[in-house]
Amino acid sequence: MSMFRDITIGQYLSGSSVVHRLDPRTKITIVGVFMVVLFAATDAAAYATLTAFTVLAVHLARVPARMLLRGLRPVLILLVLTFTLQLFLTPGRTMFTLGPLVASWEGLRMGLFMVARLLLLLVMASLLTLTTSPVSLTDGLESILAPFRVVGLPAHELAMMMTIALRFIPTLMEEADKIMKAQMARGADFESRSLSRRIRSLVPLLVPLFVSAFRRADELATAMEARCYRGGRHRTRLNRLRATALDAAAAALTGFMAAVVIGLRWWPG
Amino acid sequence: MSIETVDLTHVYMPGTERAVVAVDRVSLRIDDGETVGIMGPTGSGKSTLIQHFNGLLRPTSGRVLIDGEDLWPREKDGPRTADLHKVRRKVGLIFQFPEHQLFEESVYDDIAFGPRNLGLPEEEVRRRVTVALRMVGVPEDEAEALGRRSPFSLSGGQMRRVAIAGVLAMRPATLVLDEPTAGLDPRGRLELLETLSRLHRRWGLTLVVVSHNMEDLAALVDRVIILDQGRLILDGPTREVFRDPESLRRLGLDAPPVVALMHALAARGAQVDVSRLSPREAAEEIDQWIRAGRPRRAGSGREGDAGLVHV
Ligand SMILES: Nc1ncnc2c1ncn2[C@@H]1O[C@H](COP(=O)(O)OP(=O)(O)OP(=O)(O)O)[C@@H](O)[C@H]1O
Ligand SMILES: [Mg+2]
Repeated sequence: MSMFRDITIGQYLSGSSVVHRLDPRTKITIVGVFMVVLFAATDAAAYATLTAFTVLAVHLARVPARMLLRGLRPVLILLVLTFTLQLFLTPGRTMFTLGPLVASWEGLRMGLFMVARLLLLLVMASLLTLTTSPVSLTDGLESILAPFRVVGLPAHELAMMMTIALRFIPTLMEEADKIMKAQMARGADFESRSLSRRIRSLVPLLVPLFVSAFRRADELATAMEARCYRGGRHRTRLNRLRATALDAAAAALTGFMAAVVIGLRWWPG
Repeated sequence: MSIETVDLTHVYMPGTERAVVAVDRVSLRIDDGETVGIMGPTGSGKSTLIQHFNGLLRPTSGRVLIDGEDLWPREKDGPRTADLHKVRRKVGLIFQFPEHQLFEESVYDDIAFGPRNLGLPEEEVRRRVTVALRMVGVPEDEAEALGRRSPFSLSGGQMRRVAIAGVLAMRPATLVLDEPTAGLDPRGRLELLETLSRLHRRWGLTLVVVSHNMEDLAALVDRVIILDQGRLILDGPTREVFRDPESLRRLGLDAPPVVALMHALAARGAQVDVSRLSPREAAEEIDQWIRAGRPRRAGSGREGDAGLVHV
């Protein structure tokens, strides 16, 4: 019933592992590169490489795997759906038939790759927020976006917005959990089998959730103003970002991983 | 109806490094017509405990019995939905800040949400809304106009009343409230306390009230249960529990000012009954002591001398 609490994206788990100690800019860049490479991956060897990279990252971060897996539970339906659609909608050699539906071998392959892609993406994104404190995440983002300021991009504001949004995901999940329980205490049925009833049952959940999100936003804005927050200009930092040998090593490893995956794709063989 | 827990344990996120034992082997029994307060420091498991009373949470181990019937009889199976609905009708649970759950366009529709979920005919729904509003102290001639208003246009105290009416419209026999007076102004608080006490006296509801506020509990309940770190450490009549402010203080709880006053008087040698809970009782006690003009002999008091200080 408290499935909302399992979502790990947006949570931060303090620690002192090598991954925790990486410069946030390095981590953000690695996740960015990882995503690009992920979309270039087309065969099993490439996925194996990416998976190995992810497992290594999780291991080095010393984040309990169980916690990451729990975080994936809420998207299980999405994964199953993706897989089923791919399986049946991809044309190719017939594997088996189910009434009018034809499952193809190509569909199986596509489905598996798609699921793997989503899983890896979620794990890496969770890992980034789990090992990076909100403050360094903002600093990292801002510093990465800074060069685009010359074309008028409000780097600081954007970074701040993203961080606040991430920060509030768990809070909103908790809130959703609470409201859902309160409505269940009034006989609301969130587990009905009928789709139309299920959709209608969302109203008593979503309306209070939006109201509370706006209230929180309002409170936060007031609290920030009360402490004289006025955006990026003139802001100084307590801890300056500094890249170390560790970052160089991580970057090298990522570069190697990217080279392998891309090489696998374009190397004839 | 009765609520009983046997060795109730609840662990959040079991099996992970962040596992929290929020409720730890709690056994208690609340009978029909009782008024029970649950107190304890922050994080002691009060909210977690009461969410078991109507099946919103499933115990990690131990049992919850409603009217003697086990709510989760089988080990692995999912919830027995029909039974859970029945229990949720018997035990009305009101969360902290219940006004945050309002969502309908009108007060009427919001209170009608529960009865409509029960599939009642609209006529019965209407009746229940009116009665529920009366139960929370809205006179019949104002109910009509209030019912048409948007819940979001009401004051905090009014919103809370409406939210409570929304649960009362389910006709529960027991009302469980989590911090009902939190965040209300003094007047709103007094009015709500009066309403709750009337729900017990006049409508015969069993009350279970979670509160940090000792005065609220002193005014509302006859029995107090204290939790600390998920464990039940004290369960007894309100007077008895408040008689020992020292042990309350050790738990980070404070005795109500009236009790503190009586103790302060007793500490200065005044022979007064320290188990007086309300300002009026205390005033009577002090008045008597002054009129007597001399130290009253310990043991000569009234009410079975339950709370006399023997100096
Ligand atoms: N949904 C949840 N997931 C994980 N841990 C939780 C959850 N709800 C509560 N906890 C933890 O369980 C413990 C007991 O919490 P609970 O809310 O029951 O305490 P409480 O006595 O109601 O506290 P308060 O007086 O602050 O309301 C706390 O340590 C809390 O952090
Ligand atoms: Mg609580």
